[in-house]
Amino acid sequence: MLFGRVHGTAVCTIKIAGTEGLKLLVVQPVNRKLEPVGTLQVAADVVQAGPGDLCVMVRSREAALAMPEIRFVPVDLALVGIVDELNVKPDGTFDLVLKKGTNSFT
Amino acid sequence: MILAKVTGTVVTTISHPHYKNRRLLVVQPLVMEGENQDEDFIAIDNTHAGIGDTVLINREGGGARQVLKNPDACIISVIVGIVDSVHIDSASN
Repeated sequence: MLFGRVHGTAVCTIKIAGTEGLKLLVVQPVNRKLEPVGTLQVAADVVQAGPGDLCVMVRSREAALAMPEIRFVPVDLALVGIVDELNVKPDGTFDLVLKKGTNSFT
Repeated sequence: MILAKVTGTVVTTISHPHYKNRRLLVVQPLVMEGENQDEDFIAIDNTHAGIGDTVLINREGGGARQVLKNPDACIISVIVGIVDSVHIDSASN
């Protein structure tokens, strides 16, 4: 699962059967510091997000599972939550490198 | 499964029913010395982990559905363990 920032909406008049009625949003995947990662993508929305919202997205088969009722739809990115609060420790707070020998975390 | 450090918490009031009453955590994969950092991602907590904990994450939908006991859950990453220690053989590359 990953973060995404909603940038706009996408409208398709002709689309594959089963995807009628799905709301499509243009999103920019972002990392924990809200910096863009990769290019813009289109996600199916099930939480009624709007432009500017920071969302939680899910990829691959699980995106199709997030759709209401019909779950065999060709969807590979879905918005599943709207972020209200994000609390992330700054870089350098934790040691993210595994050293040779024993690494104890307790 | 991968090893990662919990670096943050996420609060969502509007979310998919499968995410209701579940904690979402921001996690950063651990790397070996000299390797580049991976991108962070979000995982569902199943072990009462908190910020600063080193955790074991199942990053595959089938396993996640099994752990959460919901055959339709739209969840990929689940924290399935809190790591106490990791030993890496000094002879390995």
